Amino acid sequence: MKIKTENLDMEKKNPLALFYQFRELGLFFFIVILCIGVQLRNPSFLTGENILDMATNTSILVILALGMMIVLITRGIDLSIGAVIALSGMLTAQLVAANPSVNPFLCLLIGTVIGALCGMVIGMLIAKVGLLPIIATLALMNIFRGLTFLVSDGEWVSSYQMSESFVEIATGTLLGLNHLIWIAVIFCLVFFYFLNYTRTGRQIYAVGSNPQSAAVSGIKQGRILFLVYTIMGGLSGLCGVLWVSKFASAQGDTASGYELTVIAACILGGVSIAGGSGKLAGVLLGAILLGILNNALPLLNVSPFWQNGIQGFIILLAVIVNAIVKRRVERTHLLRRAG
Amino acid sequence: MEQKKQTYQPRTLETNLPFSWKRLFFQWEWMLLLILVAVLLLGSYVSPYFLNYPSLRDGTMVFLDKALIVFPMAMIMIMRDIDISVGSTVALSSVVMATLYTSAGLPMEVAIIACLATGAICGLINGLLIVKFKELSAVIVTLGTMILYRGIAYIILEDQAAGGFPEWFGFFGWGYVFGIPFLLIVFAALALLFGIVLHKTTFGRKVFAIGNNPTASRFSGIKVDKVKVIVFMLAGLLAAVTAIFLTSRMGSTRPNIATMYELDIIAMAALGGVSTAGGKGRVLGVVIAVFIIGYLQYGLGLINLPSQMFLIIVGALLILSVAIPKLGGMMKRK
Repeated sequence: MKIKTENLDMEKKNPLALFYQFRELGLFFFIVILCIGVQLRNPSFLTGENILDMATNTSILVILALGMMIVLITRGIDLSIGAVIALSGMLTAQLVAANPSVNPFLCLLIGTVIGALCGMVIGMLIAKVGLLPIIATLALMNIFRGLTFLVSDGEWVSSYQMSESFVEIATGTLLGLNHLIWIAVIFCLVFFYFLNYTRTGRQIYAVGSNPQSAAVSGIKQGRILFLVYTIMGGLSGLCGVLWVSKFASAQGDTASGYELTVIAACILGGVSIAGGSGKLAGVLLGAILLGILNNALPLLNVSPFWQNGIQGFIILLAVIVNAIVKRRVERTHLLRRAG
Repeated sequence: MEQKKQTYQPRTLETNLPFSWKRLFFQWEWMLLLILVAVLLLGSYVSPYFLNYPSLRDGTMVFLDKALIVFPMAMIMIMRDIDISVGSTVALSSVVMATLYTSAGLPMEVAIIACLATGAICGLINGLLIVKFKELSAVIVTLGTMILYRGIAYIILEDQAAGGFPEWFGFFGWGYVFGIPFLLIVFAALALLFGIVLHKTTFGRKVFAIGNNPTASRFSGIKVDKVKVIVFMLAGLLAAVTAIFLTSRMGSTRPNIATMYELDIIAMAALGGVSTAGGKGRVLGVVIAVFIIGYLQYGLGLINLPSQMFLIIVGALLILSVAIPKLGGMMKRK
């Protein structure tokens, strides 16, 4: 009799386990429902133009979320990316303002290199010196932000100082799609291959899910951590150039606080802050959900002052629901093993 | 992150060691005192108006408000957690206080009590979420509430400022008692109180025990969850006290006040010798670190150095203060 009740119990909770296994599907349905709801209130939401707009605006978030995902998988966190975006964007913008004939590809390269250098400093401090990621990146966020103000002397680089070709980077289109969308798609494909089919990609997961056994099995942990923060820095640097080109202005407080949005996208997408787990599809959906919210709230005439609060509430809600579902699933597993 | 540090290290509590002159002199606090003296000398070198009693006394008003939060933050860090929502808690409690007084027309005393209650509730929410959902680290919970609390402050006040407080309210920010700023007296009293609680009471021993080994403390009968919730509530409450002093000094409030306070506060605690890996820290060191960072900021302000320089210096100090002990440990092992 006893076993029977346990079985019943299990059957009751099985849908939940299924939901957890296909967590991305749940997120997807949530997005669909949200879209239908918004569409009913404002028919201009799901028009081709608006969808392309949304995709363009979400691209930078997607690229950054990919980098943040691998940082979070290794049990780390990077709070400095907003400052790195500002620094690389400012330096590149100043370069363009000084000589307008610079090749846009060179700009992208320079921005990426600046970001990667910033990332290397962080990686050194975390991998070699052994600082906690939150402390190291909190401190470097300040330093990079301060450097941005110093090199710019508090001045802005505005659109009239930028060359056509530079602004073209983020506003031009290829086959009807904005360059930003293409860049994001390429990075998604590269990351998908990198994380699932390369040795280094698997090692990132190994380091995050169990550092001790990873070390025992011969994975050079320090090297992986260094790599992860360098990639994150490089992506932030690249996004710095894209950001400045998209908004046609570089300021000292560019992208201030953006790291929180990026981390939020990852957490919504099911990346665990305790490391070791996180899927690209989830992160992509998490970023898209935030992108849709950013686009939909103004369309629904929600006051801009509510957006911060709504975002914070949704993040907390998502992580808590995720934790509860995961607990239930684990309890079912335990019961099954016990039975 | 926390799992990494859980390898067992037998550690004798520092207070149990027999007395030795060597240990008395080789302490982080002496190092901090030297840095403080260096900062003061540097200050007097760059500005003739820096090193005299009235200047140093009034300078404390500029930085001591946020320093009130450093005591519970030290406790939180000793317990291996972190709270990055304190800046937003300051903003929210200040906005609640100002709105209740100006829009709801309540008496100022009631508004102040509401401010303290708001802070304590914010801290309580943090603490409850952290102990109920242990798989979410404190970083994520307080990151979420950091956005949420500031978001609520924006919802309440939008982009307006609220002010026009009664005359006597300015006493908190500008008042003197026997020629000493009221804020400095409150800071000293809190330092004494937290010093006694952390180093001389069972509660303080529990905090250290949790930081040294959370699992062992739970098995030895310490109510870990209860201690954590209390400490996070204290952080919220003192954030509200900070809000009172800050609002009083500025005379009005906006939803964007106290942005990035958490960074300065964490930097103060880390520089003061509170280990970010938990289990270590003393109130004395934290107090000296508060004055180092505070007078540095005050001195830089006197000579009109851009405030961005201060950002860089705090960041560098934070890294140095956590990196030096690690580097020292690495040298010793070799």
